[in-house]
Amino acid sequence: MNEEIIATEKFDSQLRRTLVALLDTMIPANDEFNAPSAGTDSIVNDVEQSMSDNTPVMVSEMLNRLNEQSKVRFEDLDAHARWQAFTELQRTDGHALRALGGILLQCYYRNDQVLESLGMEARAPFPLGNEVEQGDWSLLDPVKARGSFYREV
Amino acid sequence: MLSKQEERVDVVIIGSGASGAAAAWSLAETRMKILCLEQGEWTKPNEYPSTTRDWEARHFTEFSISPNRRARKTDYPINDRNSPIAIANFNGVGGGTILYNAHFPRFHPSDFRVRTLDGVADDWPIDYETLEPYYDENDRMMGVSGLAGDPAYPPKLELMKPVPLGKAGQALGQGFNELGWHWWPSDAAVATEPYDGRAQCINLSACTSGCAQGAKASTDITYWPHAIRAGVELRTNARVSQILVDENDMATGVVYFDEEGIERFQPAEVVMLACNGVGTPRVLLNSTSNRFPDGLANRSGLVGKNLMFHPYSSIQGVFDRPLDGSHGPGVCIWSQEFYETDLSRGYVRGFTYEINRGRGPVGTAYTGVFSGRIPWGEDHHQHYRRMVQRMTGMVGICEDLPEETNTVTIDDEMVDSDGIPCPRIDYTLSENSRKMLDFSVERATEVLKAAGAYDILTEAPIAGGGWHLMGTARMGTDPERSVVNEWGRSHDVKNLFVIDGSLFVTSAGVNPTRTIGALALYVADSMKQRLATLFD
Repeated sequence: MNEEIIATEKFDSQLRRTLVALLDTMIPANDEFNAPSAGTDSIVNDVEQSMSDNTPVMVSEMLNRLNEQSKVRFEDLDAHARWQAFTELQRTDGHALRALGGILLQCYYRNDQVLESLGMEARAPFPLGNEVEQGDWSLLDPVKARGSFYREV
Repeated sequence: MLSKQEERVDVVIIGSGASGAAAAWSLAETRMKILCLEQGEWTKPNEYPSTTRDWEARHFTEFSISPNRRARKTDYPINDRNSPIAIANFNGVGGGTILYNAHFPRFHPSDFRVRTLDGVADDWPIDYETLEPYYDENDRMMGVSGLAGDPAYPPKLELMKPVPLGKAGQALGQGFNELGWHWWPSDAAVATEPYDGRAQCINLSACTSGCAQGAKASTDITYWPHAIRAGVELRTNARVSQILVDENDMATGVVYFDEEGIERFQPAEVVMLACNGVGTPRVLLNSTSNRFPDGLANRSGLVGKNLMFHPYSSIQGVFDRPLDGSHGPGVCIWSQEFYETDLSRGYVRGFTYEINRGRGPVGTAYTGVFSGRIPWGEDHHQHYRRMVQRMTGMVGICEDLPEETNTVTIDDEMVDSDGIPCPRIDYTLSENSRKMLDFSVERATEVLKAAGAYDILTEAPIAGGGWHLMGTARMGTDPERSVVNEWGRSHDVKNLFVIDGSLFVTSAGVNPTRTIGALALYVADSMKQRLATLFD
């Protein structure tokens, strides 16, 4: 998690704190799998940079509503209260949350540390490609035994 | 007033995809002056998503199959709000083959005789035997992998070894075997060994957003290098707005906008349309005149009618063991157990199952989260790990029957970046298709369970799956029941030809690209055989 959160082009520092806390609530760190929190700097930066068109505005409005409905700022709540506020947000702001969730998933699951925690190589598919086993072609024997069945005309 | 007039050519082909490329190459041997106008550009392989870390995300943006989402300058918007299936295409050299999955089945002999065999739709004016040599020629040009001996087909050309089964193919092959149902390695337009200067497949996972390896047969790297060497000119960023005709009902050439938006006139002796089942009727319906007030070559009233997709079902299973994830070419195995009519199933005609390996890390997350299987919060990781690299499944590609109420027309308001009116789609899923989709979901669920899947995800029809655009300028011998004759020439305009999927009389239950290529070669060959009497 970030110690110091600064303003960016899309979010002021206060709203960015809320965003980080929300992402951390959506995908928290997991020690068992060595998986990072979605509030990790590199992931939050990627999420921000991946927002286009009107998404930053839509997300900002959602974060403001989240803070308003929480009475105190979302990031100042304890984990249990954050989860309750997030659950309410899913009910009241489903469209915006879905948009943010889609961006988060594409950024989280291309992050180096996340892919490593899944045992996957953090690289583009090209040029190295991937191995796929040829497989057991004898599985076709019963299909061959059945013989031709296409419809004659 | 047209600002520029180009030098006259013998043949102008509109569109450079599966059909335009094949026809250009075939006609090149005549030494005629041939020009292809393509509204898009060349796509650079080093810019395909699989060359970058965000390859999955880019599949949903600049390499989206939806022209409305992709929204490049070279795309035209399509109003498909009145259709449960949205249009998919690509506008660039290679057309739809840039983003297709390279599933490459042929039609069956029975697909050309639907009226005779099942009493529905119409027979084609040609048969399988007529197209067979052109299938073979197209296969050689594209490079096809597969395994000879598929009992669902007559014998056919074998060029390269099949794509690998992988864990997914083996799992589902066992599932089909358990039920005693047909399956076979899919024919694929994928080079499994070096072929015609192209490298072999290295299982990049990303066929449907362009093949950086060049193993997938898109026509920009198959036909076009040969056609250009043979003297064909391919002009990009050239978007045709209309075809002009004279008082004798002969096409005089085409009007197009160049890259700078300058309107030009390209005179030609012959005009060939290769713009797909939506783009071709769009050009024809935009080409109105005193002689053709309802659109060019439309005295039958059938231009834009009988639009056929293939309604797709998606049936995916979650397994308790690791599979291949997204690795491999998208193509794997197919089943045609339910291809032919059996009225006890409650519908007529049939479908093919195409097994489609698995999903990447982002695709798995989307599927899991948005289907409610992977929660947000503390349990996210555990549930995600139950799905990642443990999914595989299939799609059912259902034969769509022609109906005149399913149409491409011109939208009242929407225009592209050159101001050309855009197409509007009105399409209703038929009761027959609905029943076929339901049946395909039920049987595929049985296969997946037999293969060991413990959770099944389904979607039918696939809402964004309007990949195959057919039937909107159908071929036939009767000018009142068809737009072009049995070799692709317009009944109304004797130097105008259609060579793309618009020609299809029926859709069959298989992907159309192999048949589109073969048909284009057949039309081109028909023209070559009649050069002295082409306009009679």
